[in-house]
Amino acid sequence: MKYLRLILSNLKRKKLRTALTALSITVAFLLFGFLAAVRIAFDQGVQVAGLDRLVVRHKVSIIQFLPESYRDRMERIEGVDLAVHATWFGGIYQKPSNFFAQIPVEPGPFMEMFPEYILEPQEREAWLATRTGAIVGRVTADRFGWKVGDRIPLQATIWTKKDGSNSWEFDLVGIYEGAEKGTDTSQFFFRHDYFDEARQWGEGQVGWYYVRIKDPERAAEIAEAIDVEFANSPAETKAEPEGAFIQGFANQVGNIAKIFMAILSAVFFTILLVAGNTMAQTVRERINELAVLKAVGFTDRGVLGLVLGESCLLAAIGGFFGLALSWLFITIKGDPTGGALPIYYFPAKDILIGVLLVLFVGLAAGILPSLQAQRLQIADALRR
Amino acid sequence: MSGSNGLLVDLKNVDKVFKRGAEEIHVLGGLDLEIPEGEFLALMGPSGSGKSTLLNLIGGLDRPSAGSVTVGGQRIDKLSDRKLASWRARHVGLVFQFYNLLPVLNASRNVELPLLLTHLSAKKRREHVDTVMSVVGLSHRMKHYPRQLSGGEQQRVGIARAIVTDPTLLLCDEPTGDLDRKSGDEVLELLQTLNREQDKTIVMVTHDPHAAARASRTVYLDKGQLSLEPVE
Repeated sequence: MKYLRLILSNLKRKKLRTALTALSITVAFLLFGFLAAVRIAFDQGVQVAGLDRLVVRHKVSIIQFLPESYRDRMERIEGVDLAVHATWFGGIYQKPSNFFAQIPVEPGPFMEMFPEYILEPQEREAWLATRTGAIVGRVTADRFGWKVGDRIPLQATIWTKKDGSNSWEFDLVGIYEGAEKGTDTSQFFFRHDYFDEARQWGEGQVGWYYVRIKDPERAAEIAEAIDVEFANSPAETKAEPEGAFIQGFANQVGNIAKIFMAILSAVFFTILLVAGNTMAQTVRERINELAVLKAVGFTDRGVLGLVLGESCLLAAIGGFFGLALSWLFITIKGDPTGGALPIYYFPAKDILIGVLLVLFVGLAAGILPSLQAQRLQIADALRR
Repeated sequence: MSGSNGLLVDLKNVDKVFKRGAEEIHVLGGLDLEIPEGEFLALMGPSGSGKSTLLNLIGGLDRPSAGSVTVGGQRIDKLSDRKLASWRARHVGLVFQFYNLLPVLNASRNVELPLLLTHLSAKKRREHVDTVMSVVGLSHRMKHYPRQLSGGEQQRVGIARAIVTDPTLLLCDEPTGDLDRKSGDEVLELLQTLNREQDKTIVMVTHDPHAAARASRTVYLDKGQLSLEPVE
């Protein structure tokens, strides 16, 4: 602690240089935070996917429909516990940029299938009792300031009503919370019976199924049994574990983890050069002063520690500020895409990695200059 | 701190050779020097005669190529780098020609530097700094940075830094070399006071006969050898 003032004073020697270096480190860690949140947005769905859930879609594409009648046949397959269907609605709330998923489902089985969506008992009852009832996750409710009792109008882009209108209206009867931090609470669910009866076309057709199995160990076997069940029918299926299904979506963008690592490697390599150059300059400028420190009794290791401490402090100022800023932006501002990344937060694990990275940047940027300072011969250095 | 024979510094048959590529430069050759405790010794000689090199050897800032350097009964040329640093911190105060104050620290923080290596509390360190700043007559300049001080004041801060740990041996390398006559006289006066009233043993390298006259003994160095008379 008694050396901190000395280290701080040295950092204040060239304020502009120190500020610019710290700022570049801040930007790097700001980027680190945002990329971590984006990665988790793509990844988290996979991580929180139910191990005991399969997703069954049309073999050709998810935009091809499956018959509603498949549910009973699926539930008869040995090892299947429950099957529920869902359909993509694709409506617009006020303007296209207000994106969020809207999905008609059967409330009872659906809530049984997804216990991670937590709804108050009275809200659950209200949903079961209200044909035009809908529930929405906390993120979307907060985003639009919705509260229970509101009437939510959606403009359909796919599903025209029987009366030729594209305007659908729903009564918001509940707002669900996520059981875990990574649970997606951006979606809007409404009743399939209302949807099926009011839509102009596609009656008896659904988008895909969620299937709960009794033994997750048998996921591959049961998925195959489902596909076999509907083989050679007009609507053949592709069943896969929920995690694999979500991963498939993420992979359409690319290998997020690889992209994440590539960008960060480039950024941190550049930052190491910037911070390392600053530290090398600061040692070169102070050869004489470092020799004085040694002359008055500082050991070689002591001088090494001072220079390394200065490097670590510089990295800490920039890095922790960057981490704090990114945490603030991510937590307060939330998903910057306005709904495309419903699970968007700065995970604690990545914050910890960020802290270790700060330390690494400090040590790596300072190691060569501090070794140079350590090796200084007093008599030679005093003559410079 | 002195040895059993009352000598504080005892150099025997000291050689110092610098290597510059393949070339060897013999700066000191077979040099003997004894300095009793409490002496104020002036070390004179032409440029390049090895005065500063000799001072560095006495202060443990450098090591001899051959021979022995004993200070306070201890062979400092045999100490490890770490022990030598610790020895310097406890026993030697250094005053430089160009003051060598840290520009980022104010006067009191500069003086406090050697005390950071001790186990003294912040309060005790402050007390020590206050005391030596008053000894050098700069109590009113504690918070001033080196750039805000005159050359004479900077050198007095340098002396305060050198004596703050209460070392036995004070090594001064041309302490008045960068000062005008008046400031130089003030610094020399201060060194004399430290020698007379606080029994500091002082070795001062100087080109200036006027400064050397303040010392109790003057030795001359030329071509790596000492003499009691200036070499023509």
